[in-house]
Amino acid sequence: MFRNQYDTDVTTWSPTGRLFQVEYAMEAVKQGSAAIGLRSRSHVVLACVNKAQSELSSHQRKIFKVDDHIGVAIAGLTADGRVLSRYMRSESINHSFTYESPLSVGRLVVRLADKAQVCTQRSWKRPYGVGLLVGGLDESGAHLYYNCPSGNYFEYQAFAIGSRSQAAKTYLERRYESFQESSREDLIKDAIMAIRETLQGETLKSSLCTVSVLGVEEPFHFLDQESIQKVIDTFEKVPEEEEDAGEGEAEPEAALVAAGTGEQGGSGDQDVAPMEM
Amino acid sequence: MTFTIQIENGTEVRNAEADSQRTLYPYVTGTSVVAIKYKDGILMASDMGGSYGSTLRYKNVERMKAIGKHSLLGASGEISDFQEILRYLDELTLNDNMWDDGNSLGPKEVHNYLTRVMYNRRNKFNPLWNTLVLGGVKNGEKYLGMVSMIGVSFEDNHVATGFGNHLARPILRDEWREDLSFEEGVKLLEKCMRVLLYRDRSAINKLQIAKMTEEGVTVSEPYSLKTFWEFKAFTNPTVGAEGSWLYDN
Repeated sequence: MFRNQYDTDVTTWSPTGRLFQVEYAMEAVKQGSAAIGLRSRSHVVLACVNKAQSELSSHQRKIFKVDDHIGVAIAGLTADGRVLSRYMRSESINHSFTYESPLSVGRLVVRLADKAQVCTQRSWKRPYGVGLLVGGLDESGAHLYYNCPSGNYFEYQAFAIGSRSQAAKTYLERRYESFQESSREDLIKDAIMAIRETLQGETLKSSLCTVSVLGVEEPFHFLDQESIQKVIDTFEKVPEEEEDAGEGEAEPEAALVAAGTGEQGGSGDQDVAPMEM
Repeated sequence: MTFTIQIENGTEVRNAEADSQRTLYPYVTGTSVVAIKYKDGILMASDMGGSYGSTLRYKNVERMKAIGKHSLLGASGEISDFQEILRYLDELTLNDNMWDDGNSLGPKEVHNYLTRVMYNRRNKFNPLWNTLVLGGVKNGEKYLGMVSMIGVSFEDNHVATGFGNHLARPILRDEWREDLSFEEGVKLLEKCMRVLLYRDRSAINKLQIAKMTEEGVTVSEPYSLKTFWEFKAFTNPTVGAEGSWLYDN
């Protein structure tokens, strides 16, 4: 996308019928570090890559609990993500208070999408620069939605957003047909493997990722480092010592890995703007 | 679309103008509603009377209405406030229908929503002058609850409003069982309604019984109960009474 004379205001259409500011906002999502969501009939798993500003700081939180039955993973401007998470928590708790019943995920994402749409139609506002993967459980089953800055939302069996999410999406596309009937453990394993795809060469450690689960009779919660490492250990036979042996375990992704070794995980991200994670 | 509960700023000003803005007393009222859980769902009974003070002015008032697919609402107290409540609930169910996304309001949600509304109005000294009975079945689960005009709210296996609390509930406490059949349930309700007919002056002999099951709601056609007025105590009420000259032979 090149700079042009129609991209200054969100309320200016281009001659080809595009709102460039909205599209630029969607670019911000692509710059954030990866977030992945998958769902089965009874569970939803949200996972993300932990990135810290520097070695001195702790990593930014990208997954938020909205309610016992809804969680959200974000990619893009985390500040925007935080504000929207607060809005979702507020909507959810207000509904629970009035109806003493959990808010259904579909209704929540619609409100979120409407809120995002407003910002695409006011000249004094700007679109939210964050993509949200909303995962939740309600009467009609487990759901995973993706809300984007344009105000659109889509339901998915599995999805990945953020930088290098294409690698994860490729992995998920191959496997998604089995997710609906997956067990909870398999779903978690698939999520972590998808995260591994986005790391492209960097060894997968439990400190690099955050995983959350929610399901039937299982309120939203984060998995602790130990549990994540256990899952990693099942498919990364030699975690730290010999990187070659570790890579050797990987299936045909080896080609992708070789292509990506030009820039190892850590150094590449120094170019990311500080407010985006 | 969500129903926003308005919280007013400022304090209540006591003058004639402000007073005309809030409910002070009811005008056209309905009397008791009695409801029980039975084997397949909920049974609710109420008469069709609307009293204007001591006058039995309206005799065709339906005081029980279906709400959505899963609930049944019965009300005693001010009829116009009941109609207002129905309007609020209409908005809610319409919203559900509009979304058409597989989600629907169950009896628990409706009950809690009504509790919030009633309590909120009570806090503003402008109550909806009703006692509401909310029953329903959703996904096999039976639900029966009550909300009063001051926001007191609870669930039980059998509920009643007004005089029903004093005359019907003792009967229900003795005779209600978990596994009543439809016929047994109707008989039990009729027994309660008959006592109310004899003893509550605002009751009329024209009642409806509503049935709520997983399949849906059916409200019966109005009918009347057989009554017997030749009890000796009715024919000669003052016999043997304190201070009377008549004695029981």
